[in-house]
Amino acid sequence: MAEKLLEIRDLHVSVGDREIIRGVNLSVDRGSVHALMGPNGSGKSTLSLALMGHPKYTITKGDITFKGQGIIGMPPNERALLGMFLGFQYPAAVPGVSVANFLRNALMARHKGAAPLTPAKFKKLLDEGIAKLKMDPAVLGRYVNDGFSGGEKKRLEILQAFVLQPELEILDETDSGLDIDALRIIAEGIEAQRGPERAILLITHYQRILNYLKPDVVHVMVRGKIVKEGGPELAHQLEAQGYDPLIRELVEA
Amino acid sequence: MATKPQTLVDKDYQYGFRDQTDTYSFKARKGIDHDIVEQISQMKHEPQWMRDFRHRSLDIFLSKPLPPWADLEALDQINFADIYYYMRASDVEGKTWEEVPADIKRTFDRLGIPEAERKFLGGVTAQYDSEVVYHSIRKDLEKLGVLFSDMDTALREHEDIVREHFATVIPPADNKFSALNSAVWSGGSFIWVPKGVHVDVPLQAYFRINAESMGQFERTLIIAEPGSFVHYIEGCTAPTYSSNSLHSAVVELIAKEGAHIRYTTIQNWYKNIYNLVTKRALAQKNAHVEWVDGNIGSRLTMKYPSVYMVGEGARGDVLSIAYASEGQHQDAGSKMVHAAPNTSSIITSKSVSKGGGRTTYRGLVKVYEGCDGVKSNVRCDALLMDPESRSDTYPTMEIDSRNVRIEHEATVSKVGEEQLFYVMSRGLTEVEATTMIVNGFFEPFVKELPMEYAVELNRLIALEMEGSVG
Repeated sequence: MAEKLLEIRDLHVSVGDREIIRGVNLSVDRGSVHALMGPNGSGKSTLSLALMGHPKYTITKGDITFKGQGIIGMPPNERALLGMFLGFQYPAAVPGVSVANFLRNALMARHKGAAPLTPAKFKKLLDEGIAKLKMDPAVLGRYVNDGFSGGEKKRLEILQAFVLQPELEILDETDSGLDIDALRIIAEGIEAQRGPERAILLITHYQRILNYLKPDVVHVMVRGKIVKEGGPELAHQLEAQGYDPLIRELVEA
Repeated sequence: MATKPQTLVDKDYQYGFRDQTDTYSFKARKGIDHDIVEQISQMKHEPQWMRDFRHRSLDIFLSKPLPPWADLEALDQINFADIYYYMRASDVEGKTWEEVPADIKRTFDRLGIPEAERKFLGGVTAQYDSEVVYHSIRKDLEKLGVLFSDMDTALREHEDIVREHFATVIPPADNKFSALNSAVWSGGSFIWVPKGVHVDVPLQAYFRINAESMGQFERTLIIAEPGSFVHYIEGCTAPTYSSNSLHSAVVELIAKEGAHIRYTTIQNWYKNIYNLVTKRALAQKNAHVEWVDGNIGSRLTMKYPSVYMVGEGARGDVLSIAYASEGQHQDAGSKMVHAAPNTSSIITSKSVSKGGGRTTYRGLVKVYEGCDGVKSNVRCDALLMDPESRSDTYPTMEIDSRNVRIEHEATVSKVGEEQLFYVMSRGLTEVEATTMIVNGFFEPFVKELPMEYAVELNRLIALEMEGSVG
């Protein structure tokens, strides 16, 4: 049996007084790709930020384990060092810090105690990622997300995953706001990350990225709960019918 | 990610060590009056005109009130009667490092001065309290006719050049502190660059206050003859004492036709130094003056490097950063005076306040009547690290000419939770992430520094962040 990389049990998350995640159970095996779908406002982004340890999101109940270790209360940097990565829907800008410098620092944080990459190897790794994602090499000298277009930001998130090689990639709406060519390039970039050592949790509103990136499991989230799970066919069904029938089912139940 | 209120963490101020002062060769009594001024001038064997100038300046100092717009709560703490205005640790000025007295040498060794000189400087002066204790200039620059010495030596050896330019840019009556400096000045740098000479490596002065309750009043005069270039760097530190010391310098720059002067300051005073400095440049036709000004330490800094553009096509740039933590007020800015047509200026000011620290931007852009084609761009960005900290902006524009282009932009931003979370999610600790964000904010300044200084500044900011993030 495959190793359970991430396990979420009966998770409740609030922002202020408002409960947004209302009892989520979800588990992700190493080597698998999961899609988490759902309408706007269903709590998908909240779940991803809570998983990474955003201080604004309070976990009121439940448990999250990563590689068998409870991570609730752990600061985000320690989660990153354990092997978690979040590709942000709205990544923040860090003016004055170049992409290359940012990535070097992130990599150094990861290699604490061990020898980090030589400058030559680091450059080779960056060049590879840039070629794969068809980015302009000049991006390495630009300040992180400062004045980036939506598409550039999304590519930079994937480039970071490529350089940092996490064990779990949570990608929050990495496909939103992209034209069809950019979507294909980014999807291929994510596909290239797929492997037996890694799991990917892809959060998306639309089915279209799943044309390029076939998930093993699809979860549907509505109003802070997982309401349906299935194989890739579930995504197609949602694409054809929309979320309405599911929501109606839920209301009637 | 709660941020603990910052305390004054002395261990983080790496320059806080001190030397004994009971071995000093001369110490004037505390306080200021005509007798002290006379004594200073006599000890220096100055010409009569300088002696008269000092006495006149003292009268102006005594009659002038503190500037009413200033941070008087802080300024009122200065007890002018409780300060040593002149102190001499040693009677010799070393020309070689071996000639410098051992304890002073050890201090500058710890500050990395001789090492920096070997590596990348064309000349160094090191001032310890009132007097310059070490001075050197590279032989090839000397051969080109470049003069670089302390101000007292210049007055003895090049009296004509000094007398022609001294106090022509900043008269004693300019403000209370320039009057004080004019009365009791000692040390400082004198640089004269002959016509057309490019000094391709920086010249540096290092100012160290060692004694407690000391007033350091150096006087710097830089003259760049037509078509010449020079880059001058000053660094400042002081030991950790409980009572305040005062640093009140006057710096005058004269860039003649087509000349270019760059003046870089990294001041890292201990947190109870009053740093009240008047810096002004005169830029003649097509001349270019740049002030690159970094203010990290001190209790209160008041400093507004200025450029008076008096010839057509002159240019003035000020790029400054200020960092204020608990109990500190960085009141900095710039004055750009356009007194000729087609002159242009850029002011870029960036400040960070943390742990209740306070930064103020105070600036003036003035365009005289008939000065067409003037361009000026002012940009101030303030970064607040927490809700206790404060930043104020007082920009003033006096535009008396029509055909001009003036731009002003000011922003105040906060280190946001989102930004911090983003950086931390990549594996950096809160301290590392905050350091990265602040360094990034200062990046436009840092990239203008010689590499050695850039590295040092980044390290300083890292130390400040470590001392204050919990």
